[in-house]
Amino acid sequence: MTLTLSPPTATPEPQAPLQPQGWLRYFSFSVDHKVIGLQYLVCGFIFYLIGGALAGMIRTELLTPLSDFMPRETYNEVLTLHGTVMIFLWIVPVVNGAFGNYLIPFYVGARDMAFPRLNAVAFWLIPPAGLLLISSYFIGSASQSGWTAYPPLSLTTPATGQVIWILSVLLLGGSSIFGGINFIATILKLRRPGLKMLQLPMFCWALLGTSILVVLSTPVLAGTLVLLSFDIIAHTGFFNPALGGNAVVYQHLFWFYSHPAVYIMVLPAFGLVSEILPVHARKPLFGYITMVYSILAIVVLGLVVWAHHMFTSGTPPWMRLFFTIATSLIAVPTGIKFFNWLATLWGGKIALNTAMLFSCGFIVNFVFGGITGVALAQVPFDIHVHDTYFVVAHFHYIVYGGTVFVIFGSVYHWYPKFTGRLANETLGRLHFVLTFIGFNLCFAPQHWLGLNGMPRRVAEYDPQFTFINQVSSVGALLMAISTLPFLINMVYSAFAGEKAGDNPWRALTPEWLTSSPPPVENWKGPAPLVTHPYGYGAAPEPQVVSASSP
Amino acid sequence: MTSSSAPSPISGSAASPALATGLPLAAAGAGGVAMALPGAGSSQDTAASHHAEAGHGAGEGHGDFRLFGLATFLVADGMTFAGFFAAYLTFRAVNPLAEGGNYELELALPTLNTILLLLSSLTFHRAAKAIHQDRTEACRNWLLVTAALGFTFLGGQMVEYFSLPFGLTDNLFASTFYAITGFHGLHVTLGGLMILIIWWQSRQGGRVNRTNLFPLEATELYWHFVDGIWVLLYGILYLL
Ligand code: HEM
Ligand SMILES: [Cu+2]
Repeated sequence: MTLTLSPPTATPEPQAPLQPQGWLRYFSFSVDHKVIGLQYLVCGFIFYLIGGALAGMIRTELLTPLSDFMPRETYNEVLTLHGTVMIFLWIVPVVNGAFGNYLIPFYVGARDMAFPRLNAVAFWLIPPAGLLLISSYFIGSASQSGWTAYPPLSLTTPATGQVIWILSVLLLGGSSIFGGINFIATILKLRRPGLKMLQLPMFCWALLGTSILVVLSTPVLAGTLVLLSFDIIAHTGFFNPALGGNAVVYQHLFWFYSHPAVYIMVLPAFGLVSEILPVHARKPLFGYITMVYSILAIVVLGLVVWAHHMFTSGTPPWMRLFFTIATSLIAVPTGIKFFNWLATLWGGKIALNTAMLFSCGFIVNFVFGGITGVALAQVPFDIHVHDTYFVVAHFHYIVYGGTVFVIFGSVYHWYPKFTGRLANETLGRLHFVLTFIGFNLCFAPQHWLGLNGMPRRVAEYDPQFTFINQVSSVGALLMAISTLPFLINMVYSAFAGEKAGDNPWRALTPEWLTSSPPPVENWKGPAPLVTHPYGYGAAPEPQVVSASSP
Repeated sequence: MTSSSAPSPISGSAASPALATGLPLAAAGAGGVAMALPGAGSSQDTAASHHAEAGHGAGEGHGDFRLFGLATFLVADGMTFAGFFAAYLTFRAVNPLAEGGNYELELALPTLNTILLLLSSLTFHRAAKAIHQDRTEACRNWLLVTAALGFTFLGGQMVEYFSLPFGLTDNLFASTFYAITGFHGLHVTLGGLMILIIWWQSRQGGRVNRTNLFPLEATELYWHFVDGIWVLLYGILYLL
């Protein structure tokens, strides 16, 4: 295995840019991709805590069959805010914005993103949009129509909250589009000379696919929401059956974005595990080229499966047939990736550290969520469980069991890169165990609830479901507790963690071939040319040349 | 806008909500373009400002590079229109219009408008050609002609709005018609302003010249895009 690295050469220290230094720069309009990445990460995590608190309120309400913890309207507001915050302010910005911004320039051998200022604009749209959304709860009423905002429901619930919701989602969509344009340009146009597309780390392919979906589908949601706001404010009747409009068209347009949105939330996570597994298993990523094609296949298929969310919306038979087949087909590329990860682990020298534990947790949870997904694609089954807790369980297995697990795994994996120190392993493992048990305890029983007919989005339910709901709430409590060791770990290790050195994992991807944390322009010398990012396990292991010595 | 659904057949107010339709989007779009233009040449303002590799990484000149970003943005923008068109076509296919509501649109004015807009693409092309040959004066004149054509188009659009027998909230067709044409009109307005700005900058002897073609090329790309959308719109809304 040859590892091509250009030797570090002494170049003069880059001059200090005209930007705030130290911790202050995290509050500034910084154009450094690493600063922006961490801004996304921390900002997203704060919203995760808010969304989690809202989830806690939901699970508290559901401890008893009656709506006794909060009024039903409040429950609907809390539910809507929870879904919206989790999707648009936590998962999408973190898995794309945070890790994408931090890692992609390294991976393509660049010193920053293609459009650094646009990048900062994209980030700084997020905090105001989030505050706007949450403020609606305090000025009158937040939106009550769920994160899907289906009309006519969204036309009859209090207008202020709904309009604020739309405005906030438009801003977040804009942010997402700017980010997507930047990633596409960076990956396609900013690659270091000599670096070929098929030599890029897998995360680049994942983010390229994701960004294509962002650019193609987010604008459709934006346009649709503008029409919806028109129905609310100007009393047009685009989606209002009472005025001759068509509510099902809204559903089509909404899901044309929101199914790809699922991949926007999970494809980057696929990319991140594909980076983590080879490092800690000391083996090359299995089936690189099949991974690439699977991602591309998922992007294409992901655009033509949206109506599987609408099997109960009076879709004609041919449409059901088409969308069932297309959806089931996605299982093929997804399955390929799954087996590739297993094969990567197979026979590896696995270090079961926290990053690896979360990655393996992801594999387990995700395969479960994937299987229920294929089940949901079958019309007769979907009609039985549509709008029940089975669906809630399914998508939490994807977004939580899948993506959130990967986010945690990635934080542990790249923590030494961000801070120069190792996160505490004991606390990390405690975090993992609590999360894994809590998550499965919370969401696995919901499959049963759904199969037995408990509808989603309700504050009250049939008393026969009480016990299972309580089990689920205990799981949620465990998840809430699990954030404590994580938070303590992050803060404690930043100051007192073991010094990590530049490359504690002996990794070969380019972000590790510089100091930790990296200098402003990523490398002191020229960017290394890494043509085999997964060259692990060769005997003897390739010598890692660190571009800078501590 | 508290238009309390007063059916206002021939009213100018019909146009304003329609224009407001695209406002957030267009604002985002304008922001995107505005940000991308100065901020784009990554090498000028990365974290630190002097690095040879990043900007020239793959050997592209900056012009192509930023145009690529703009083109990607236009794909996104085009998808918004695609969504609107898809909605309109579905409405047409499955929703009976309100009784007696099957409006035949007058074709004369929009056809003339179409020709104006197509001509303006041509004149913009001439402007670009002129600057490549270093004939700045000619370039400026062609830009003015282009902007004039664009704003005449908008005037024609206004005349049409005021003469239509239906208002924004009258029925599904009317709403969709105003939403889509209004959103497109916003694009034309933005493009016209951009043309005037580069015309002004060129007059000041500043940024727009043969060594800095990007502002002109970006505006040109955007303008052709907006024209192309209009041709689609004309076919779908008026002819179909
Ligand atoms: C912190 C752990 C979490 C818990 C305990 C939790 C719990 C819940 C509960 C009980 C519901 C209500 C289901 C219903 O009545 O329909 C819900 C809905 C939802 N959750 Fe979570 N959730 C968590 C994390 C997440 C994450 C990370 C996401 C990321 C996307 C997410 C996305 C959603 C969505 C989209 C809905 C549907 C909201 C709606 O119907 O409008 N949740 N969650
Ligand atoms: Cu879907």
